[in-house]
Amino acid sequence: MAARQVRVGSGAGFAGDRWEPAVELVERGELDYIAFECLAERTIARETLALQRGQGSGYNPQLADRMRAVLPAAAARGVRVLSNMGAADSLAAGRRTAEIAAELGLDDRRCAVLLGDDVRDAVAARPDLPLMETDEPLESILPRMASANAYLGADAVAAALETGAPVVMTGRVADPSLFLGPVLHALGWPYEDYERLAQGTAAGHLLECAGQVTGGYFADPGVKDVAGLARLGFPFADVTAAGDVTIGKCAGSGGRVDAATCTEQLLYEVEDPAAYVTPDCVLDMTGIALRQAGPDCVAVSGARARPRTPTHKVSVGYFDGYLGEGQLSYGGPGAVARARLAGEIVTERLGLRGFAYDALETRLIGLDSLHGPGADRPEPYEVRLRVTGRTQDRKAAEAVGFEVAALYTNGPAGGAGDAASVREILAVQSVLLPRDLVKPRVEVVEC
Amino acid sequence: MLRVHDLAHARAGDKGHSVNVSVIAFDEAGYERLLRELTEARVAAAFAALAEGPVRRYALPGLGALNFVIERVHGGGVTATGALDIHGKSLSSLMLAIPLPGNEPED
Repeated sequence: MAARQVRVGSGAGFAGDRWEPAVELVERGELDYIAFECLAERTIARETLALQRGQGSGYNPQLADRMRAVLPAAAARGVRVLSNMGAADSLAAGRRTAEIAAELGLDDRRCAVLLGDDVRDAVAARPDLPLMETDEPLESILPRMASANAYLGADAVAAALETGAPVVMTGRVADPSLFLGPVLHALGWPYEDYERLAQGTAAGHLLECAGQVTGGYFADPGVKDVAGLARLGFPFADVTAAGDVTIGKCAGSGGRVDAATCTEQLLYEVEDPAAYVTPDCVLDMTGIALRQAGPDCVAVSGARARPRTPTHKVSVGYFDGYLGEGQLSYGGPGAVARARLAGEIVTERLGLRGFAYDALETRLIGLDSLHGPGADRPEPYEVRLRVTGRTQDRKAAEAVGFEVAALYTNGPAGGAGDAASVREILAVQSVLLPRDLVKPRVEVVEC
Repeated sequence: MLRVHDLAHARAGDKGHSVNVSVIAFDEAGYERLLRELTEARVAAAFAALAEGPVRRYALPGLGALNFVIERVHGGGVTATGALDIHGKSLSSLMLAIPLPGNEPED
């Protein structure tokens, strides 16, 4: 029978997030579900390549640590766990999770794995699809494609929960849908009830970055103070059968939950607030009201939604050359002039050696590396030269860091603390794939 | 000199080819003033060194907030991996640094 209310916690807001706040939520948060959102846009492409080269598991490297920390308390309290830590190999991540459950001596070692987000074959058959970012045909990047993953919806997540397994492992799922899934499952909402899907999607969006709604990524000392960021509490949402939503966190944890923190997160990564597209609906945030309902407790109302679109967004990751980088610091009188001269020398050297770059940039950390050049900025005491070169030629990429380090004995006075790196560039663009070409399915693994 | 930072807080998010920056007023008077003075043109000028644009603004009076979408930051985001802040997440601070006309003569 459907519940009258459900509490869903947020255990992670990105791949490298802290895990103590998740343990705290499971132990003290009186949760029904906890979901860990651990997939950035480029993560699947990176994990796919790592898997192909035998340099990684294909799933989140912190999966084992996180599961060992959370599963015992979750099993003891009947809290069901969901995560998109499966990344490029959800099945292997599910098997590993079941093994860990066995190692921990848990009774129920089942893990429901949601598959079907990997749509490389489906998109390869549609080279005509336009890329959303550049409007070029998909064909232009197909030969370099590393991954193609459709954003699955809350219906697929709810289907995985139907198996009864205590843990659900997924690959690409839209972030709000990972949280809406358990709400749908627990409250039995019809997938056509857009009024309630709107409220549930708003709740999922507020939860998806974990600490970013409880005071993380918010503090501005003297303007917006946040106490206890070293022991920041992660959020949960209470959702009632009628669609009432409140956001809260564990009493005694660090951070704050109020209209200001919730508004920042509500608009996070949003373009048109009247048309926030998820696989489940098109959310309209313009009527949303946020009301302090208690200490660190905010009521969310007024979300509306239009019917979901006929397509799934697909992130296509592809190899796009190399980025070479070199850094060196300068301090004291004339630091900026010496660093600028150093940058000019590196640029000239790379030209003399015959290397060409799609982009070769020189910036001074401390002056213009984040926001570009600007007038009327005071000259800092010290700056750090940063030269980057983007190129399809690995040797040209390596030469950037080499020439920066060579400034030691050949460049301006007083350079110190060099660092060099070369990394592969994984770019991501998107296409829209008709819904009937995306076929989610669930497989239960156990150990 | 009055800046956006005196009237509002902000958060930036990565949308791939664009960056969104929300600007959330501390009070209603601040919202009304930002609505008048923090125009798309003013924001586009402040971001001109970084973004080709255009800049679009969405008003959310119920939340006392404006949401800006700035297109083609760092040349487009898709392959602009050379930037230190590839996701544009520090751009909330560039927004907060924008001076407002205040009592000075309008330009």
